[in-house]
Amino acid sequence: MKYTDYYAALGVPRDASAEDIKKAYRRLAQKYHPDVSKEPEAEARFKEIGEAWQTLKDPEKRAAYDALGSRPQGEEFRPPPDWARRHGGEQSSFEDVDFADLFERFGAHRQRRGAGFGGRGASMPGQDFEVPVQISIEDAFNGTTLSLQLTMPEYDEQGHARRVPRTVKARIAPGAVDGQRLRLPGKGGKGFGGGRDGDLYLDITLKPHPLYKASGHDLYLDLPLTPWEAALGASVQVPTLAGAVNLKVRPGTSSGQKLRLGGRGLPMPRGGSGDLFAVTQIVVPEPGERERALYEELSKASAFNPRKHFDGEGS
Amino acid sequence: MSDEVLWLDEHRIVSLHELVEVSGLREEELLDLVQTGALPSLADPGGEITFSARVVTMARTACRLRDDFELDTRGLGVALRLLERVRDLEMEIARLRAQLPRN
Repeated sequence: MKYTDYYAALGVPRDASAEDIKKAYRRLAQKYHPDVSKEPEAEARFKEIGEAWQTLKDPEKRAAYDALGSRPQGEEFRPPPDWARRHGGEQSSFEDVDFADLFERFGAHRQRRGAGFGGRGASMPGQDFEVPVQISIEDAFNGTTLSLQLTMPEYDEQGHARRVPRTVKARIAPGAVDGQRLRLPGKGGKGFGGGRDGDLYLDITLKPHPLYKASGHDLYLDLPLTPWEAALGASVQVPTLAGAVNLKVRPGTSSGQKLRLGGRGLPMPRGGSGDLFAVTQIVVPEPGERERALYEELSKASAFNPRKHFDGEGS
Repeated sequence: MSDEVLWLDEHRIVSLHELVEVSGLREEELLDLVQTGALPSLADPGGEITFSARVVTMARTACRLRDDFELDTRGLGVALRLLERVRDLEMEIARLRAQLPRN
């Protein structure tokens, strides 16, 4: 297993007082708590901080941790023989054990002792897991089946946690939107001693798409138009997730107008669909000689002033 | 075969008992949050309090904040209201950004 420097994770010296450790944990937890933080890597950082806190706040676990000595972060090592028994834990082979699980064993051991079950019969519910999942807008439209490769703790007969790989399949019906949460009951960590299995929560976000931008079930699409299409009107082909459709652009269309294609957005789980909005964008090409002459002629012929409302302001 | 997937949205209703089970909060804590308006409940003509399943996420967040910051229900209430405001503002920003041209 790889050594984790819990004191470094909390940014305190090895001889820090319990009070200083608590203060450091609180300060860092406020900064990196995934429910409130926008810091990059907040979730991973909070996990490190939480793991360090769970061990260092408990005098027995801290003493056991200190007895492992100070090592470089990430160094491969095995606990010395008889280390666990000397510190009130349960001796085992430490095969397939993560560093974090090593110290959970002390808690699990004491919990069972304290409960008076003599190490047998105590039950513990499985851990819930929350997993962020990115799907494409096409998958949100058509529905998809996810195959999630996860690593979850399982308990042996003594209640020792061991991380095992698991594959969970989840059928996502059409209609998921950014921020949609889904619950898979009983697909989290396994319970121990008859405790119920934990749940798996999926936090859906939509991948950026080269054409569409989603807002809830509505989709937005940039619709580039030539100046003459905007001026004279046109029928243009517009892509939608269900196939291209023709859209009529009225004469005299300006940039930034939203042309609504009703029901062409993302489907809603209980029926109906959002809309697709084509947002017009007038694109002016680099004019050739003939085009320039025509623009100049137009400029002379037209009395249109788009800045008329500036008259009398600021002068 | 795929596993059962429950959508945590406004179409699904959960009971108080179910919310206790999935959130990790105690019944009295949930009722406290409902009473202060931090956790929206549904109208209960039958006298039984129920929730939109969207609340499951809020309640689980409240449970984590309680455990990680040792907050009481008054602190949780304030935190939940602020997080909902942030969420609403983020959705509004996303809606406005979706309408902006890409270049």
